[in-house]
Amino acid sequence: MAGSYGSTLRYKNVERIKSIGKHTLLGASGEVSDFQEILRYLDELIIYDDMWDDGNSLGPKEVHNYLTRVMYNRRNKFDPLFNSLVVGGVKNGQKYLGMVGMIGTHYEDNHVATGFGNHLARPLMRAEWHEDMSFEEAVKLLEKCLLVLLYRDRSAINKFQIAKITEVGVTISEPYALKTFWGFLAFQNPTKGAEGSW
Amino acid sequence: MALRGDWVYENNGGTCVAIAGSDYCVVAADTRLSVGYSIHTRDYSKICNLCDLLFPADKCVLASSGFQGDMKALQKNLAAKHLVSVHLLHIYQHQHNKQMSCPAMARLLSNTLYYKRFFPYYTFNILGGLDNEGKGCVYTYDAVGSYERVGYSCQGTGGALIMPVLDNQLKSPSPLLLPARDAVTPLSESEAVDLVKDVFASATERDIYTVRFPIFFFFQFLAFCESDIFPTQQHAYSSRVLNDPNEYDPLIGFRLSYRIMHK
Amino acid sequence: MSSIGTGYDLSVTTFSPDGRVFQIEYAAKAVDNSGTVVGIKCKDGIVLGVEKLIPSKMLLAGSNRRIHSVHKHAGMAVAGLAADGRQIVARAKSEATNYERIYGEPIPVKELADRVASYVHLCTLYWWLRPFGCGVILGGYDRDGPQLYMIEPSGVSYRYFGTAIGKGRQAAKTEIEKLKLSDMTCKQGIIEVAKIIYGIHDEAKDKAFELELSWICEDSNRQHQKVIFKHNKTLLILFVWKEINTLF
Repeated sequence: MAGSYGSTLRYKNVERIKSIGKHTLLGASGEVSDFQEILRYLDELIIYDDMWDDGNSLGPKEVHNYLTRVMYNRRNKFDPLFNSLVVGGVKNGQKYLGMVGMIGTHYEDNHVATGFGNHLARPLMRAEWHEDMSFEEAVKLLEKCLLVLLYRDRSAINKFQIAKITEVGVTISEPYALKTFWGFLAFQNPTKGAEGSW
Repeated sequence: MALRGDWVYENNGGTCVAIAGSDYCVVAADTRLSVGYSIHTRDYSKICNLCDLLFPADKCVLASSGFQGDMKALQKNLAAKHLVSVHLLHIYQHQHNKQMSCPAMARLLSNTLYYKRFFPYYTFNILGGLDNEGKGCVYTYDAVGSYERVGYSCQGTGGALIMPVLDNQLKSPSPLLLPARDAVTPLSESEAVDLVKDVFASATERDIYTVRFPIFFFFQFLAFCESDIFPTQQHAYSSRVLNDPNEYDPLIGFRLSYRIMHK
Repeated sequence: MSSIGTGYDLSVTTFSPDGRVFQIEYAAKAVDNSGTVVGIKCKDGIVLGVEKLIPSKMLLAGSNRRIHSVHKHAGMAVAGLAADGRQIVARAKSEATNYERIYGEPIPVKELADRVASYVHLCTLYWWLRPFGCGVILGGYDRDGPQLYMIEPSGVSYRYFGTAIGKGRQAAKTEIEKLKLSDMTCKQGIIEVAKIIYGIHDEAKDKAFELELSWICEDSNRQHQKVIFKHNKTLLILFVWKEINTLF
């Protein structure tokens, strides 16, 4: 939940997961102000959709597609929103998980990550993800990924939120910390066994 | 424009191949989406049939590689020109009461790319399908819209690896011959499909941006229909999607979409 | 109306010698001919009700809505020309979203009513504009609790405990005055509103109608929400009670 200016930890309580409408969760990394701008766009989108009061509502697929167009349009104006976004949700029994990048690159997959997560978390998820994962298994896998990221990403802090979305609704956890262990030999003496390295 | 940074583009990799025969056309593209050394996803289709499920433009498909954002924008742009958004009627079909032909779509694609000549779509495209005579046709493009009708082509990160193999294996008449011959390959359709499988298998060995299991589109000319009205229901269409590369069967194996076409 | 036909009734920018603007009064006439619209403020919220006259039996039930949401917490019921009403609703929606975009909180209902009234009033000031042929009742819920406003074609807006416009307004107002609004809940209020609208409707004389209802109260999470009953006059009370009890 950190927000940094370069290597200065500026914000220590930034909520990067938000629920959008009834069926969607949005997670973001990157520029906090741009993310908040995106949330304002989405608030208006949802309000205008709700005001039809016609029983329809935007699902994760629609929100994701909207965001792909917003991100791509802003890059076309050479004024991009500096974020990577992850969109997930369930509507009418359909699960959906997608991702959008700063310049509008987007895709769906069974697991997604932004930033360092692409390098450190996705290999773990590729190895351990399976179709009929329970919520508890998924949380366990995510915490494993977050722990690796915490150890290796120096701008990460030990304060996380995990959110769950089902047909029933959204729950976003309170911030919590993972149990860490810094006594690994490799942490104490990182250059041991790497002759010639500084 | 001079201030434009290189951040506006990204190369998401990928390879597309198309081969035209006298009465068929094979279009194939791999499904990896990556940037640098990271893989975004291994299941992204780069082939687009330029419209929605109700009105497939079933005379051609577009295979693209390059920047995925631009790929999608280009596909949407072309599809929109093919569709009146709300009524799901084709503009072209509405005006001419027939599907856009592959050569017509080829020119439209060229114009669409050239329209953005000074802020190009960073995409490398192949359009494959059947022409008005039912002959296989392949159009190959650069990012700003120059294009040529050829008998076979490949584009994308594996293109430079595959092209000489196609030159060597396809036994097409030389384009230098006068008078000009048909550029289509004399290979049978199954030989062509096998060749495409092989070139992808080979490209995968040396190109990190290409994945081994491509999606295929296959057009086969059967017969000219009597009626001018397009018999959409009569199109035989089958597709098999492998989600897990481990499902790959070296004998039957690749994702194969057959589409059999009437005039 | 002795001055009618004296040349002072064709323009919104010309007063008559006795100080009236006839075009605005004519616009008010358009409102007076429309189906009745009722709004009441109960102790826990706002109830809006519309007697939506049905010009043709072939109309799709539920179409041509006269009650609109203008934000999460506010709704508007339109009497008079429905098309003019949609223009006002669109303006109200954009005022409400604009306010929230700037101040980060929902627009106070008073502010919304003022802004919409200014817009309606604006159309009475220029010769190239026509005043709106509709009046609206605006209900909303903000930090000061539920509030009810009515905005007329002249651009005046007043805050009410309960009010009505349209053909049956006099009878409706008389009925509203009999209600003990200060200790009535919306659940009770919505039945009263339905009863009033059914009561003032003359089945023999008037066109067929559809009842449109909405509320903003604690039960709707302080959000504007349409309320649908299967309505049939003889079964109304029965249905309403049954549905109210199954709704919550």
